[in-house]
Formats: sequence, structure tokens, C-alpha cells
Amino acid sequence: MQTDTMLTVQDLNVYYGAIHALKGISFELKKGEIVALIGANGAGKSTTLSTISGLIRPRQGSIIFEGKDITMAPSEQIVRLGIVQSPEGRRIFATLTVMENLEMGAYTRSNKAEIQDGLAEVFKRFPRLDERRKQLGGTLSGGEQQMLAIARAMMARPALLLLDEPSMGLSPILVEQIFDIIHDINEDGTSILLVEQNAQMALSISDRAYVLETGRIVMSGDAQEMLHDPSIVEAYLGGGH
Amino acid sequence: MTPNGTPNSKDTLFIQSLRKGWLGKVFLILIGLAALWKLGVSLADNPVLFLQQVINGLQLGFVYALIALGYTMVYGIVRLINFAHGDVFMVGAFVGFYTIARFQFHTWPERLFPGLPQWLVLGVGTVTVVLISMAICALLAFTIERVAYKPLRNAPRISALITAIGVSFFLEYFGALQFVFTPNFVTFERPFSVQNWQINNLGIQALPSGQSPADNSIIISNIALIIVLASILLLLLLQFIVQGTRVGKAMRAVAYDKQTARLMGINVDGIISITFAIGAALAGAAGILYATAFPQVYFVMGIIPGLKAFVAAVLGGIGSIPGAVVGALIMGQAEVLSAAYISTPMRDAVAFSILVIVLLVRPTGIFGEPEREKA
Repeated sequence: MQTDTMLTVQDLNVYYGAIHALKGISFELKKGEIVALIGANGAGKSTTLSTISGLIRPRQGSIIFEGKDITMAPSEQIVRLGIVQSPEGRRIFATLTVMENLEMGAYTRSNKAEIQDGLAEVFKRFPRLDERRKQLGGTLSGGEQQMLAIARAMMARPALLLLDEPSMGLSPILVEQIFDIIHDINEDGTSILLVEQNAQMALSISDRAYVLETGRIVMSGDAQEMLHDPSIVEAYLGGGH
Repeated sequence: MTPNGTPNSKDTLFIQSLRKGWLGKVFLILIGLAALWKLGVSLADNPVLFLQQVINGLQLGFVYALIALGYTMVYGIVRLINFAHGDVFMVGAFVGFYTIARFQFHTWPERLFPGLPQWLVLGVGTVTVVLISMAICALLAFTIERVAYKPLRNAPRISALITAIGVSFFLEYFGALQFVFTPNFVTFERPFSVQNWQINNLGIQALPSGQSPADNSIIISNIALIIVLASILLLLLLQFIVQGTRVGKAMRAVAYDKQTARLMGINVDGIISITFAIGAALAGAAGILYATAFPQVYFVMGIIPGLKAFVAAVLGGIGSIPGAVVGALIMGQAEVLSAAYISTPMRDAVAFSILVIVLLVRPTGIFGEPEREKA
């Protein structure tokens, strides 16, 4: 469908001290796509997202977003450019209310009316959060926290949403719900880079996917084809989450 | 020593009870009961004197609260005990001294608009002096944070702590230089004169200076009133900033989880700087209020009030803003009451005994929560 490339990651090398965490990763994401990064624990999926968000500096390689080199840009600027991450483990501000968490999501935006529109939109998508807007983030259930984490990221009005393990620790019914919402968000025009251990679920809503193994991309392709590729099914989907 | 805490059969009962902390707790409870009994007797004996002490303690407690907030806010956001904070308080007092004694800044409205009523001149003038001191302290703390603490953000915590002690000595002995502040005790010139009122069974009467009060009356000075009111005003302002503004919410978000705050596009370093600046501004105001109540400034005047405010912050639960205020008010009372009913030199010992007791009994303080495990 769309052909213009939104994000290009080129030969990314990241170290944690002496540990070579990403060993020359390259991939791209086109506007409007959902791209999944799948792989086992410790393969480097979260590291990739952290590097794109500017929390970790790569030793080598480049990240180009909509024609701009953001490899060394500070996190705030990356958010302002439109790449927003919903981190692994949800990382809700437990001591802030649901409303305040959402306001923090909109921190880079200053237009009050637009923020109000964003809130209305988010509450329409997540009516549960509307009911709990005055509650402290730490008192929400796991599923509600995941919704809040996505909603908080949406408050920054991202062009590209980075989702790190949105299914973590959730019951199968909730996982289903969350993935429906992710699909809807994408339909409404937000590109998504999805990191998941639950490969089956991730492939089922993605356009394309990359498989990571110990810091390298070992396979890539069309998500639907991968979902039905026996070798992948055996290696990555065998657990049958 | 048995690592898992099960009593070793060879230990005597005494050692066993020590290990379980029983003896210590009994000892503390006895001390507490003795103190309460002493206070109860004193209250029954002379309620007017007791009430007078409580009022004095309130005045001191609010000054401690303003200082303690800086400790607690900075700890909450960067987990650093900023030992230079007491010296920022000292700088605040000296800035007040210079703007009043040297530059007569407290009377600027009169010089600009002659003929204004005196109360208005001094009111606006004093507020100006306090604001100048707050601004200079905020700028100072901003600079200290950028120069001394920020480069150590990822260093072990002990490095930053030692640096804080170094900054503290630097401020003290740099201030002691003849061309900076002075190595001498200086009398702080109050921006307004003291007015006492006596309250007794005849009602409230103004007490002309030099006249001794009637028996059985409580004395309240305009200074005590100003300290209490100004502190409450500043506390409310802080509460508004922290709870109601975008920056305040970002401060709480950064205190909770810096990395996620960064993912929200929050400029974490900027928010940390603002936190230092706000804490220092409160200490600057406290410096002037303290010097107005005890009119003497000296380059190491910040050490003892600073340490006591630190104890107050620990007592209330370091990192907790309401905790700092409650802890400081308790410290104020403890100090004044022990000076009145035990002995004056004992008051510092009592203050620091409180620190020891808090660390033994409830290390997280009154409002504190156990350190959170970060995901």
C-alpha cells in the first residue's frame, strides 16, 4: 500500500559496557504499517526501542525518521518529532492520578484545546480510564495500566508508536482486547513498531515482522506468511501462548 | 551469629532480647513515657508558660519546615542528601542582611513614592527583600546543581554525598572571606521594629517595648506572626506548584521514574534544576525569617538549623513533602520544650536523639514508604 519509508534503522550497534547487545541491526518501517519485532527474551528487542527513543546511545549506526537523523537526538526532541514509546512493564506513574499520567503523556504539547481533544479521543477509546481519571495510577489493575500506558503515549499524538510488550502479564482475553485496540489505533493512521514475545499475537495484526536472535535480525518478511511458515511456527510460535 | 536470626542456644536471655530489639524498645517506651509525664506535669503546673513555649516552638518549627522541604524535595528527585542546603539558608540570611543594612532596600517604596504610609512601605519593602533573597538562593542552587551534582548523576551515590559536603564547606568558608560576607558575627537589622502583644485574662494589649509583661500572660510578637503566616503562605504556594501545575506534576513524575519521564518528552535535567531552585528559594526565605527572629548572621549559622531540618525531613519521611512539614513542627516543639523543661544545652542533644530513635524504630519516617523496587 503505502510506500514512503518513515523509519530507517541502519547497522545499529549497541553495547552495555562490554556486552554487545545489538550487532548491526537494520530494518525499516513504512508509513501506516504495523511492524513487529519478535524474538526470545534478551534478543535485543527492548534495546532497539530504547535506542530509537534516545535512552541509549548506539556506538555505531544511524536512525533516520522522516528524513531526519535522530541517532543522537535527546529523548524530548524525539517525542516532539512524533516517536512515542509505551515502555515495557507499562511504567505507569503510580503516585500520579490517571488524569495526571495522561497530562504527562501530553507534556510536549502546549495547545490546551488540542490536549482536550486528545483526552476526549483517549477516553472514547478507553472508557475505563474515564471512570478512573481521579484514581492513582498504582491502584489500577494490570489491564487498566496497560490501557493507560497506551493512552498516555497516544496523548503525545505520535506519528509512530513504539509498543514494548503490551501483552505482558495479561490474561488471554485482555491480550485480545489490547491487540484489537492496537489494530484500531493503526487503522486511524498511527504507524506502529511492536515488540512482542507473544509472536503469534503480534504476527496476526502486523504487516511485516523481523525476528531477532541475540542482537541480530535473523529473518524478516510478511507477517501473514511468517505466521504460516512451519519453520517459524516451530522455532518461535511453538510455545503457543 | 546466626545469619537467619534464630536465637543461638548459647546466648543468654539478655543477649537474645537485645538481638530481638526488645530491650531497646522497652527503653524507648520508657523514655517516651517519662517525657510525656514531664510535659504533663509542666502543663498542669503552669499552663501559660507551657503555651508560650508551644508558640515559640511553632515559630521555630515553621522555619525548619521551610528548610526541610528543600532536603526532602531534592532527595525525592535525585536521592541526594544535599548537605549544602543549610548553607544556602545562610546565604539567604546574608543576602537579607546586605539588602537591608547596606542598600536599605526595605524602604524602596518610600524613596520612589514619598508620602506612602509607613506600614505599606515596610510591608512591600520586606516582601521585596525576601523575594530578592529567594531569587539569589534559587540561582545559587541552580548553579551548584549544574556544576557539582549533575556531572555525578550516574556516579555512585556516595560520590555526590561527599561532593555535597564539599560544596557546604566551600559556601561557608567562601562566605567567611572578608570581601564576600564576613568571618564575624553581624547583627541582622530587622526591616521593621518588634511589636509585642500580651494576652491574658484581660484580653489582648499591645506591650510597649521595655515594659515587662503582666503575670500570667502569653506574649506574641509580630515576628512570630509573620514567620508563621509567611511560612504557611509559602507552603500553600508550594502545594499549588507541586499538585496543580504542569511543572509540579512533571516533578512528581521524574521523582517516581526518570526514564519513563524522559519517554514522555520531559526534560528531566531541567525539572531537577527547578526542584533545586524551589527548595533553595524556600531556604532563602527561611534564612531571612530566622535572622529576623534571632537577629545575628554568621557564616556557619546554617549548619545547626540545616542539620535539624534534615532530621525533621528524616523524621517525617524523607521524600515526603507533608512529612517534612510535620517533622519540622515536631522538631520545633521538641527543641523548645526540652530547652524549657530539661536544660537549654540539651535541646540539640534531644534533636539529634530524635534522629537516632527514628532510624532505630522507623527508618522510613512518619510518612515514608519503603524504597520501591524499580522494574
